[in-house]
Amino acid sequence: MSLTVSYTSREEIEVHKFSWVVSIGIPLLAVFLQAFLPQKRLRFMEIIDLPLLVTIFFAVSRRRPIPGLITGALIGTLQDALMGARYELRGLINLNGISKTIIGYLASSVGVKLDVDNPGSRFLMTFGFYLVHQFVYTVIDLKLVVVGAHAPPSLTHLVLGAFSNGLLAVALFAVLDRFKLRS
Amino acid sequence: MESFFSRYKNALVLMGVLFVQVIILASNVERDNAGAANHGRTSLVRVWTINTISPLERGLVSTGHFFRDTWRNYVDLHDVRRQNTQLQSEVDRLRLEQARWKEDISESQRLKHLLDFKERYVGRTVAAQVIGTTGSEQSRVVTIDKGAQAGLKSDMAVITPDGIVGKVKEVFRYSSHVLLITDHDSGAGVVLEKSRLRGILHGTGPIDLVVNHIMADEKVDPGEQVVTSGGDGIYPRGLPVGTVISSAPDPNPDNASFLVIRIKPAADLSRLEDLLVVTEIAEQSPVAPDTSARVRAADILSERLPSVPKGKTENPDETAKNKPATGTGKPAGTTAATTPGTTVPATKPKPQVSKGGNPVNALTSGRPVSPEGGMPAVKTQGQKKKAGLDGPAKDSPAKKAPAVEPKPPAEAPPQ
Repeated sequence: MSLTVSYTSREEIEVHKFSWVVSIGIPLLAVFLQAFLPQKRLRFMEIIDLPLLVTIFFAVSRRRPIPGLITGALIGTLQDALMGARYELRGLINLNGISKTIIGYLASSVGVKLDVDNPGSRFLMTFGFYLVHQFVYTVIDLKLVVVGAHAPPSLTHLVLGAFSNGLLAVALFAVLDRFKLRS
Repeated sequence: MESFFSRYKNALVLMGVLFVQVIILASNVERDNAGAANHGRTSLVRVWTINTISPLERGLVSTGHFFRDTWRNYVDLHDVRRQNTQLQSEVDRLRLEQARWKEDISESQRLKHLLDFKERYVGRTVAAQVIGTTGSEQSRVVTIDKGAQAGLKSDMAVITPDGIVGKVKEVFRYSSHVLLITDHDSGAGVVLEKSRLRGILHGTGPIDLVVNHIMADEKVDPGEQVVTSGGDGIYPRGLPVGTVISSAPDPNPDNASFLVIRIKPAADLSRLEDLLVVTEIAEQSPVAPDTSARVRAADILSERLPSVPKGKTENPDETAKNKPATGTGKPAGTTAATTPGTTVPATKPKPQVSKGGNPVNALTSGRPVSPEGGMPAVKTQGQKKKAGLDGPAKDSPAKKAPAVEPKPPAEAPPQ
């Protein structure tokens, strides 16, 4: 007999759906902004990972691991495809694809057990997932393929990035909640 | 089984997606080929695949060698005694031949020294075993079990005792790919041994090789040996390449003024097992040989003649007891003749004797070998005298004191 620990009520375990326009348009917009905004004058935006936030949002909203990980894989791969040339890496590098696949899987699994509609839990969840994402990314980059596409982030950068993305997630998720289709 | 997949469906899908992504990642990332000077980068997925497969190939080959060697070395020995006898005869014959060649080599060395020639020869090698092949009609490549960790780099020459094999093409951590000389992309500078014609060797894909860039009016006879010229910077000079099979004018009208010479490789490229990778090519000016170290064929022959047992004479005390009191105080072997008509060269080299009583080849007896691979230095005053390079013959101790080996009558062997 398995014991399932959940911090959500039965009503809160609700699987949300999105229209296909939102399902495709929001990730594309996030990847596009991530790829091209920081190249303009908004250099400080580099610390924000919009595709990661969108991955977390869709994963916790759908609450199903397989769609969650596939969403993360597609968003991450698209992000790599757009950003590969920027870092002068030849061809498609799947660093973001792998790390966002894992985040998508974890976020959808967590979405079943936590109240992910609460702003506080959204902040903490995004804070944690940002750190996990950076860890996975750096390990793959420096240990698995030894590419060194990015320098390992400093602790200050990590904390600042996790904090900024957590705050932005609270605001962004509130906006994206409007696109949910109640089933 | 069905419950397993349904229970762990999510985790299995995650692993599957990650696996696919890792493959995509690896196929797009390129890593510097270890030691590659001009071969660029290698796909990471290829590096991983080779590093995974190489240990398996090595294990399979080692297991096969173990059983084969066990059979050959411990069971299948019925012809060994006969072969041993034949080889011993061959060793004796070669020793005589070697002494003759050494004279020629010494002369050649002196002339090169006079002309200040630079010599390039095999400085250091790494032994390797073939653990796989990727040979096809398009490329002829074998995999060997040594890689960057053994110090291998691209473009190093790969040889066997029979002749050249190819060059290292790609180097991985624990294995390497060797491009055989029969590959279309292979090339080597060669020279025909007798006619001294120089040409360029190319692979033709199958087992034969082709030498071209030799004018059609030159005469090249089948059977002539081909060796490396050393001009390509990869293969050291003088290594065997193969034997001329045929020569004919190039059928291509554009190259009709050149010959196409077909060569049979000296090394059996279809049965490669143990190879040597030339990791260092030494270069130095030849040193004029010490001609006092010459050994004549006659000396070799004299070694084989029955003589006084050495056991008694090698002990100075024993020698002193047997030796008549001559009053010269000279060591045994340089004493004045006591029996007329029995004089022999003063310090005749004592042959090393194997257990079976046969002379042991110097190359296998642990004695130092001369740089040109000839006989070890066995100094005989009589030879110095013959060479005429050690001053007047009158200074020779042998001349001053003709010596005999003590010959106790009681222990003389039957003639």
